[in-house]
Amino acid sequence: MADPYLRLDQLEVTFTGGRSPVRAVNGVDLTVDSGETVALIGESGSGKSVTLRAILRLNPEKKTRIGGKVTVGGRDVMGLGNKALAQFRGGEVAMIFQEPLLALDPVYTLGDQITEAIRRHEPISKADARKRALSLFERVRIPSPERRLDTYPHEMSGGMRQRAMIALALACNPKVLLADEPTTALDATVQIQILLLLRELQREFGLSIIFVTHDLGAAVEVADRIAVMYAGRIVEEGSARDIIHTPRHPYTIGLLKSRAHGAMTKGRRLDAIAGSPPDLADLPKGCAFAARCTLATDPCRQTQPELIQTETGTRARCLRTDQTLTRPGELVGA
Amino acid sequence: MSRQPLLQVRGLKKHFPLERKLFGGAGKTVHAVDGVDFDVLEGETLGVVGESGCGKSTTARLLMHLIDPTIGTIVFDGAPVENTRLSLRNYRRRVQMVFQDSYSSLNPRLTIEASIAFGPEVHGTPKKEALARTHDLLERVGLEPARFAERYPHELSGGQRQRVNIARALALQPKVIILDEAVSALDKSVEAQVLNLLLDLKEEFGLTYVFISHDLNVVQFVSDRVMVMYLGKIAELGRSETVFGNARHPYSTALLSSMPSIDPDNRTQHVPLAGDPPNPIDPPAGCRFHTRCAHAETVCSLTEPPLAQVEPDHQAACHMGVAGSGHSRAPEARTAAAAE
Ligand SMILES: Nc1ncnc2c1ncn2[C@@H]1O[C@H](COP(=O)(O)OP(=O)(O)OP(=O)(O)O)[C@@H](O)[C@H]1O
Ligand SMILES: Nc1ncnc2c1ncn2[C@@H]1O[C@H](COP(=O)(O)OP(=O)(O)O)[C@@H](O)[C@H]1O
Ligand code: SF4
Ligand code: SF4
Ligand SMILES: [Mg+2]
Ligand SMILES: [Mg+2]
Repeated sequence: MADPYLRLDQLEVTFTGGRSPVRAVNGVDLTVDSGETVALIGESGSGKSVTLRAILRLNPEKKTRIGGKVTVGGRDVMGLGNKALAQFRGGEVAMIFQEPLLALDPVYTLGDQITEAIRRHEPISKADARKRALSLFERVRIPSPERRLDTYPHEMSGGMRQRAMIALALACNPKVLLADEPTTALDATVQIQILLLLRELQREFGLSIIFVTHDLGAAVEVADRIAVMYAGRIVEEGSARDIIHTPRHPYTIGLLKSRAHGAMTKGRRLDAIAGSPPDLADLPKGCAFAARCTLATDPCRQTQPELIQTETGTRARCLRTDQTLTRPGELVGA
Repeated sequence: MSRQPLLQVRGLKKHFPLERKLFGGAGKTVHAVDGVDFDVLEGETLGVVGESGCGKSTTARLLMHLIDPTIGTIVFDGAPVENTRLSLRNYRRRVQMVFQDSYSSLNPRLTIEASIAFGPEVHGTPKKEALARTHDLLERVGLEPARFAERYPHELSGGQRQRVNIARALALQPKVIILDEAVSALDKSVEAQVLNLLLDLKEEFGLTYVFISHDLNVVQFVSDRVMVMYLGKIAELGRSETVFGNARHPYSTALLSSMPSIDPDNRTQHVPLAGDPPNPIDPPAGCRFHTRCAHAETVCSLTEPPLAQVEPDHQAACHMGVAGSGHSRAPEARTAAAAE
């Protein structure tokens, strides 16, 4: 079997700038094949964005301690020199964000920004780069693309800006796209447009995508596999189908149960997960979910559970998966 | 139980004039809310949905009398709300609001107990009594007073701050609470906790909610009736089951089919609605939705469809539901048939 295109081995990210070290990522193992989309889901502060930034080495180097290994296309990312790193960013791995205005420069037209980005990576003429920018705008379905290339980011609507940012990200033919909640701030009607566009581009360019979200629905629309993060660790991982139909980690089950959705009885109380996530500057010794878990027993608090393969398809970081079997589909009202 | 309208909104408009450009050009106007009529019934939860910019928050601010309408009336409990300080103060005791941004709506220099007790004290409740009520409310919203009462807003999580905002809204014992994206910024696990809290409080205090959200799953879960807005107008209004199960306005249908699927074997295949929401500065003539509607016909760009009854407790503003409107899918006009 071929090696996965992107691979994280025991990734650790600790921020050391504050009073006590903040352990944002605590041993993440993740693989993404060529042409595969993996959704990373979890509540805020669980370490999703920090993980993505670690792949591009975007966390502030002086105040960050990194452990583990990041391999992309067979190359060790931690070992890249400055020049190789600049080529790697954008040329090999590109990133899109929730807020496109952070990625786009307000003082240049979109056409200039894309043309510039291409010419930073390849020795081609301005005119040719502009042609490619135009075809990218067509590809992400921006209406009147020729005219839109000459506009500034603030002159576009939210959905159009999101498309322009995707075009910019794809400008240098990356193999990997890191998407950090690119649809969270959008209206439902525009969100589904962008989700379907990403699916299409992924197929057409054979991209590997890591799609960060805290919306299970958005994850299902784009992802082959789903990884659930909690307190800096992946606590469950599997195909989208297995995660939705037969999850085995109590946190994943809790997330699915607490969703308000169409099939449920109106006015019934939701099965909320009580409590809140642990302090990353003071993580418990054992399972980080124990304080909120109704199945927690003493061993859970003593030892850090390993990811184990369950018989229903997912891998779960839990000591008591013998207690977590549900009827397939039960949790989503199927 | 027959439900009385607690709030009656008639012909309500809010236009915001835009600054003139330096050279020439007539001043333009944002038609944020452009003629809406609806009731909020006592004890119900009225859900309000629609794309950003369609006028949801402006409607909320009008209901709160935080801004004055360009034209139109709001009747509360049978009496129009007078625009005097005394009557506004009275009104705001009965109608409270919770915003999306839990942080900026709390005074950073006040402890949360001081923030919550502030309203009742201004309205003349003795300090001691106000504080006792505050601790009661903190308890009710799941924040143990001994641990939380003396904290400042920055010492709380987003979910905890939103609970404080809800407690503060309840402190004046209102009848109506307007929740504008009140759970939208919360994580799903916290959102569920706050939604449960809202359900419990509603029952306990006999509250009426106007619940604004872009999350259709949540709106379906909490609402008795749902109002769908498009570019400053009501597109559809009816019982939640009816609107979600049998939408009659093409915009509602498109909005509902934009909800992501949770079934990996049955993902969304086609974009339900192309394009972005248009600009409320120059709303299209006729039906405002005709520029994006798959069923648009000539009549749609010429005549504005009225918000018409399509079945009991269910209204939609679409020519397809108006007999004799001239749309090929409209029912035959009965009067025309009778005249034969
Ligand atoms: N003070 C103002 N001056 C000019 N335009 C305004 C003002 N307040 C609101 N608007 C405009 O009115 C329209 C409706 O605004 P409103 O905030 O009510 O929409 P909304 O549906 O709640 O949007 P969102 O979901 O994004 O909050 C928008 O186009 C907005 O930009
Ligand atoms: N530069 C930084 N310095 C200190 N702490 C940070 C920094 N960046 C992120 N963190 C912390 O790391 C944790 C994970 O953050 P993040 O990955 O952004 O969460 P999310 O899953 O919401 O994207 C949070 O507790 C956050 O406050
Ligand atoms: S290891 Fe124990 S505490 Fe952690 S999720 Fe499993 S049952 Fe719950
Ligand atoms: S009136 Fe015409 S354009 Fe408007 S929603 Fe109905 S069919 Fe579509
Ligand atoms: Mg993030
Ligand atoms: Mg709003």
